[in-house]
This record gives sequence, structure tokens and C-alpha cells, in this order.
Amino acid sequence: MRLSLFIPCFVDTLFPSAGRAMVAVLERLGYALDFPSGQTCCGQIHVNSGYRAEATTLARHFVEVFGASDTVVAPSASCVGLVKDVYRDLARESGDAALVEAVETLIPRVHEFGQFLTDVVGVEQVGAYFPHRVTLHTSCHSLRVLQVGDAPQRLLAGVRGIEVVPLPAAEECCGFGGTFAVKNADTSAAMLSSKVANVLATGAEFVVAADNSCLMNIGGALSRQRAGVRTLHLAEVLASTEAQPWLPQGARP
Amino acid sequence: MSGGAPRERKFEVAAREALRDSQLRRNLTRATGTIREKRAAVTGEMPDWEALREAGRRLKAETMAHLDEHLVQLEASVTARGGVVHWARDAAEANAIVRDIAVGEGAREVVKVKSITTDEIGLNEALAAAGVTAIETDLAELIVQLAHEPSSHILVPAIHKNRAQIRELFLEAMGLSPAELSDEPRELAAAARRFLRERFFRAQVAVSGANFAVAETGSVCVVESEGNGRMCTTLPRTLITVMGIEKVVPTWRAMEVFLQLLPRSSTAERMNPYTSFWSGVRPGDGPQAFHLVLLDNGRSRVLADAAARETLHCIRCSACLNVCPVYARVGGHAYGSVYPGPIGAILTPQLRDSAAADTLPFASTLCGACYEVCPVKIDIPRVLLHLRGKAIEKRRASPSGWRSAEDAAMRAAAYVLTEPRRYERVQRLARASQGVLARDGTISWLPGYLGRWTGTRDLPAVPRRTFREWWEQRW
Repeated sequence: MRLSLFIPCFVDTLFPSAGRAMVAVLERLGYALDFPSGQTCCGQIHVNSGYRAEATTLARHFVEVFGASDTVVAPSASCVGLVKDVYRDLARESGDAALVEAVETLIPRVHEFGQFLTDVVGVEQVGAYFPHRVTLHTSCHSLRVLQVGDAPQRLLAGVRGIEVVPLPAAEECCGFGGTFAVKNADTSAAMLSSKVANVLATGAEFVVAADNSCLMNIGGALSRQRAGVRTLHLAEVLASTEAQPWLPQGARP
Repeated sequence: MSGGAPRERKFEVAAREALRDSQLRRNLTRATGTIREKRAAVTGEMPDWEALREAGRRLKAETMAHLDEHLVQLEASVTARGGVVHWARDAAEANAIVRDIAVGEGAREVVKVKSITTDEIGLNEALAAAGVTAIETDLAELIVQLAHEPSSHILVPAIHKNRAQIRELFLEAMGLSPAELSDEPRELAAAARRFLRERFFRAQVAVSGANFAVAETGSVCVVESEGNGRMCTTLPRTLITVMGIEKVVPTWRAMEVFLQLLPRSSTAERMNPYTSFWSGVRPGDGPQAFHLVLLDNGRSRVLADAAARETLHCIRCSACLNVCPVYARVGGHAYGSVYPGPIGAILTPQLRDSAAADTLPFASTLCGACYEVCPVKIDIPRVLLHLRGKAIEKRRASPSGWRSAEDAAMRAAAYVLTEPRRYERVQRLARASQGVLARDGTISWLPGYLGRWTGTRDLPAVPRRTFREWWEQRW
């Protein structure tokens, strides 16, 4: 099976190591990968902010870029969730029957990385080694839009050397919410302060999630507070092996 | 609202103020946390809970599809059983109908069953203007009325207050000395009971809302926990019910579903304590005059919007408030509406055409916790997105809409993101220009609007290579 990588714009720009880690894991599993170079953004920012016309333009672009791909895998539950959950509405609103059709055929072929491993490939052991204490933030869009269930937990359980500590109130939102984080910055900060308190209570070295967006938020506060706890994408944990331990972005001087 | 109209303010402004109130935060965290766990337990024990939710959703969707017919049938059924049905297009019409009946009965006081619909139309204030005092008899509603505050929760209007605060209110309102009342819940309830009992006995007119009204029999239903509602619906001579038109259900059969869904979702009870039904009037038993006011007040406009119609399915259980991480921090008053929380964020902007109300659909992270618990499966995140779209369309239609900074940024982003070469150029530009802002791979300060992010959080600097640059260099 050939896989097309969908690397969302902010992962591409700010968190490329999550994308690289996903590549490492998928290649270790023997997949041939391609990266359709026309890809940009799924339109999440625009949908989130109410700019549906612009979002539809980006959805159209996405469908064109990935139209020829058999299977699309992305390291973001949130962006995959948008494609699977909102594109249908956008296409319908546009009144463009061809777009509706294209979206319908594309949706089942787009997968979030972790869910792809557990539900499509059917693996939970990817040969990873990560001798650290971690806690898992079950991001809202993983949990409630994609309904990944305990897929990330099972993947982490398959990692040698890891110690996974349960995060109190794990299912509660971290307060990111896209433009919510700036539009309602105070409420967002209040939510984030609870999340950070819960993370610190676990004594973990790393907070892991299937979404760099939540991690950017949680990690931003941990960094500001010099908490000494880092964030890591699920793919980065799974990419780490005994032969090549994964070093998170910026973890070394 | 029991006292004072909610102020019209942008959500973010009202929220900022509420976030500073540490007592509010503590009260809300405790109260919503407790009810959240209890709800999870009593819904989790039901093997057919998901099937019930789906049945509730379908019943509501089917009702809305033929709302006009059900309402006409309801009118006929109520009339046949000796009731009088009134139709009110808006708040002013509904208030006038209730006021005229109360004044016609010579009432100086009316006792009220807890009703958010009458809060929505500002009935208490309208009655006061005609010299009629409305007395709230639901304990929590009484508390906010005595505090001259609007309700802050659909089910528990005084959820933002703790018992010490309630004691102080009672001392003042009931003219008690500090030694006469402690903050023990039992004593507080007893004080309220003494206060209310007198009023129940002398009231000639009662006003209620309705949780449901069965079209085929003309039976109106109120679901409550204290029994005070039943006092109102049985003791006075005249009973007036103000009901939103979406509350009609076609058949008795439907009640089987809703009377399971509602108590478990709202109070986390397996069975509701006081469920009252009345059908018209019966000589010598209960009220001898019954008026049903069917209120539109924007609801038919909601019905007309296919993408938001399901907002009307709400059975006012408040489960969405109790699980909402935004609500738990800012409380109900920040929403500036008698309908707070996630359901309020979608209902209020549809009922009320105002710039402040249009900020409510943005008062959510779209985390989806509300949708997960909704007993009739209202897809609140989807409706929020739809209403955000409508808010932007509305702003764009205004003279200055296209010139807002956000609009310009969003149009620019779309222009950049539809063409990979432009996007890559912007990536390189961001990396090159972050120079002075980035230190040790971290940005801790950003100017202007983006400073709202860096006010409390760092941001990673743009790394040396984007993913796509790395990918190209691999080959």
C-alpha cells in the first residue's frame, strides 16, 4: 500500500519533527510514502473562525491535491477530523455536486496516524523504545470527532521502557480551540491552567498527544512556566528506538 | 430573569470579569463536577441509553417537521378540555396576555413555577410594571430573585452561589437575625418553605412554563424536584402557562422516552420526583381557569434554518452546561442570556439579533463534550460553526465589515494557502523575520492581537527546516 502524507500547515512550519517521526514509523512498517507537494492547509482556521467561503476554497484545493491518493495519513486528529466531519457540510453548502462527490469518495481514505496504525494496519507494537515517564492528553478531536477510543493508549502500551501515567481529567479540553485561544484568551488561559496543573500532578517528563495544536497550547504554558516538562507528538514516541532514540525538537542544546 | 436584565456585553469582556471571581470558580467547579459524575453514573447504567438518545432525537426531528400541525392539534385538545389557548408572536404580546389575565383576576401577586421561558420574555418586570408582584417559588430561582440577579444556570439558577451566600440573602430578605438561621441546607430550605407557604395560600393566580405539552390530549407537563411547582399548579384559581412552541410533543407515547432522558441528564435522578400533568380544567379540582400561551419569539425563524433547526430540540436538561469547560470557568452570567452554556451559545444568537449575542458562537473551543452528553443529540459544535459562519456573513454585509483586520487576515491567508508557492514564500519570510523575537527556539512576545497568545504562553520559533524542505532534501 502506498500512503500519501498530509502534513498540516502548522505541523509543516512549526512542528516538522512530528511529520518526520510519522515518516520514520511508517517506513519502518514498510510503507512507500509520497508527499503531494501542492498541499497547504485543510481550511481549519477559516472554518473555525466562520469564514466558510474561504474554507470551501481550501477544501476544494485539498480534494484536488489528494484526489489521486489511495490512502492519506496525517499526524493531526484535528485536521483529519475537519476533513471527515466538516468537508461534507462545506461541499453541500457550495451546491457543487462534483465537490460533494469528490469529498464523499475522499473521506474514507483519510486517516489520523494513530488510528491508521490500530484500526487500518492493525498494529499496536511498532518496535518503539522510549524509556521515559509520559502522560497522554486525549485531544478532544481524537476522542469526540474521530472517536479513536483507546488507540493512543494501546500504542503507548506497546512501547518498551515507557511508563505511562494517567492524566487526571484527561478528557477535558486544554483550552486551545484555534482562534478561541486569542479571541477568548482569558478563558483559554483559565482552562489551560487546569490542564497544566493536572499534567504537573502526574510527575511526567513528557505530555503526549495526537495533535500538535493542543501540544502547542499546553507546551506553550509549560515552557513559559519553566516547568521542565516537554510535549511530544505520539508519532515521536513511536519513532524512538533503541538504535535511534528520538530527540525531541530543542531537547538538545 | 428574576431581577435585572442581563447586560449586553461581548462574551470575552463579560468572561474576563467573571474569571477574576475566585468564589464563583470554586462554587461552579464543585457543583458542576458533582452533577457531572452523577449523570455519568446514571446514564452509564442504562444498557439502552444510546438508543434512547437516538429515539429522543428522532422524536424531536419528526415533531419539528410538522410543528404547525402539532400546535393546532394541541390548541384543539386544550380548548376541548376547557382551557384557553393564546398565540404570542413575541415577548411583548406574551407579556400583555399574561398581564391582562392577572390584572383581570384582580391579582396583586402571582406565584411562579420555575420557567426560563418567562425569564426570556422578562415577564416578572412586565407584571411589576402593572403592579403585580411575581414570586418565584423554585428555591434556586427564589434565591436569584432575592439577590436581584439573573439566573446563571438552566436547571440551578443559583448554582453560582454557595450556602453561606444564600444565608446572607435570606437573612436580609426574610428579616431574620443572624442567630435565627445557620447555613445548614436543611435550615435554609425550611426558611424558604415558611416564606413561600404563606404566599402559596394567598395566591389567586399562578404562572408556569412547560417542559412538554402533549398534542393529542392537551396535557401540559412540568417536571420539577421540590413540589413547589405542584403547589402553584394546583392551589390557585387561575393557572397561566407560557410555553415555547417547540415544547409540543405529538403523543403520550413520546413521554416514555423524554421522562427517561430528562431526569437522568439534568438532575442525575433515575426518576423525576414531581412530574405534573394537567389537561384543561376540571370542575371542583385544581385551577378553574387555565390559559396556555404559545410563544414564538424567534423560534419559527430558528425552525426556518435547516442547519440550525435542531437547536429547538433542546429539552433544557442543562447537561451541556455541566460538562462545558468554558461554562465551568466563566459561569452563566457571562453569556448575557437566560440561556447560558453551550445551548445558550447557539440559541441566544438565533433568538436575539445583536452584536453581543453574535460573539457567543465563538465562546467555545469546539471540544464536543456538550454533544456527547446531549440527551437528544443536538450537534452543538456543528451548529456553532454554522452560526460563526452566519456571524461573519452578517459582519461582511455591514458597511465596515470587509475592512476589519480579521477579515483582511483571513482573506490574505486564503490567498496564500491556495497556492503552494506563495505558502512556501510566507514560511521562509516568517523564519527570516522572527530574528529578534526568537530566543533559544522560543518566542515569548508577539505584538498586537497575537500578544494575547504570548501573554500566557510561549510559542515555538519556526525551525530551520520545514517538513517539506526536509522531505525534498531527502531525495
